Amino acid sequence: MAMSFEWPWQYRFPPFFTLQPNVDTRQKQLAAWCSLVLSFCRLHKQSSMTVMEAQESPLFNNVKLQRKLPVESIQIVLEELRKKGNLEWLDKNKSSFLIMWRRPEEWGKLIYQWVSRSGQNNSVFTLYELTSGEDTEGEEFHGLDEATLLRALQALQQEHKAEIITLSDGRGVKFF
Amino acid sequence: MAIPLSQIVFIEEQAAGIGKSAKIVVHLHPAPPNKEPGPFQSSKNSYIKLSFKEHGQIEFYRRLSEEMTQRRWENMPVSQSLQTNRGPQPGRVRAVGIVGIERKLEEKRKETDKNISEAFEDLSKLMIKAKEMVELSKSIANKIKEKQGDITEDETIRFKSYLLSMGIANPVTRETYGSGTQYHMQLAKQLAGILQAPLEERGGIMSLTEVYCLVNRARGMELLSPEDLVNACKMLEVLKLPLRLRVFDSGVMVIELQSHKEEEMVASALETVSEKGSLTSEEFAKLVGMSVLLAKERLLLAEKMGHLCRDDSVEGLRFYPNLFMTQS
Repeated sequence: MAMSFEWPWQYRFPPFFTLQPNVDTRQKQLAAWCSLVLSFCRLHKQSSMTVMEAQESPLFNNVKLQRKLPVESIQIVLEELRKKGNLEWLDKNKSSFLIMWRRPEEWGKLIYQWVSRSGQNNSVFTLYELTSGEDTEGEEFHGLDEATLLRALQALQQEHKAEIITLSDGRGVKFF
Repeated sequence: MAIPLSQIVFIEEQAAGIGKSAKIVVHLHPAPPNKEPGPFQSSKNSYIKLSFKEHGQIEFYRRLSEEMTQRRWENMPVSQSLQTNRGPQPGRVRAVGIVGIERKLEEKRKETDKNISEAFEDLSKLMIKAKEMVELSKSIANKIKEKQGDITEDETIRFKSYLLSMGIANPVTRETYGSGTQYHMQLAKQLAGILQAPLEERGGIMSLTEVYCLVNRARGMELLSPEDLVNACKMLEVLKLPLRLRVFDSGVMVIELQSHKEEEMVASALETVSEKGSLTSEEFAKLVGMSVLLAKERLLLAEKMGHLCRDDSVEGLRFYPNLFMTQS
């Protein structure tokens, strides 16, 4: 658990944990929650979570303040994140989800930029090479979890900038 | 099957034995010539025996003895039916026994029935008349509406005043005044007079329940019904009186002075809440000297306007300044 995580001012504001009935106020509140969830997961390198974990996590449960966001409101926050493209449900029951502090399209862009910069178009990479290879050290996407990487590459595939292929020892990608 | 008690001479018990059940022997007078038909026309015995298979003979004997002692049948008034004397008893018997009692009850019931029907006869006559009146007034009202028929101007005015005195709304002016009647209009004017001072004392706003209590307490008699009060209040604005009825989102109804601006009060409410960090409705009510009901409505209005936000927890409902909007 990273100690250096800086909670935003809202986290210490009791009304933050009550879903606001005023529509304009609610919009601001939800925006604050979305950005908190993303920065929390980024720092703790958490790419997936279950709803049950979320309920008990300090993210939605401020023990010191004695306030926790009720589960119905947590669902609303998660739905906002899904609409924005930062969240994907991993099961039909909506009990666990993938959380991506950067949207797949954004990751795809970064990866493609690196590929172009280093003149490696038309090369083939294994997924491992991309996230854990020496060449990508220092790149933002270095250390990216596989699930998110895959979606990033799928986004590129949609744009015909890449193609996900099956290699002898796993999956890989060819960039165009 | 019945034998009148008056025919009994005396009774005696016969104890049970082996193979024999207990019995009561009832010795009787000879049957009168006009006796009602029964299982036998005549008998050579002058007694009957009542057989008790299981039990009950002691109780029966006791009661029968009582009846024999009291001889209540000798005190019964002679019924108006064709009951003649039964049995050759000396003088007094006007008795009619159980059957007589039953007949008496039946007659009483018929009598009551008749009385009730007669009473309601008047009512049903009235109802028929009332129906005719309603039909008549409807048709006249229609004629007025359509300006047909030969009703004179004078008649129209008279007819309208009859309707109003009966509390029926004038159909012609319904559109102008909504569903108000003359009565409600007058009442509204009265209320404006009564409530001016109390409203000023209470900061320009009162809940409708407070108004109801105040007004009825002042009237003492001829109390207002809640419906009449609401209907009168609905006319305040239309009649351009210095007060108005206001309904909040929650459904709470208040009377406000026209000069009262609840929205402006919200600004001062925000100041008060900010000073204290956060407040519940009760705390706010106490600070400002308002009823909790109106205090809550003011805080809710402030929330609606975006000045406050809420913290709803097991500790209760608290209002905070809306930092979501003011702080980045």
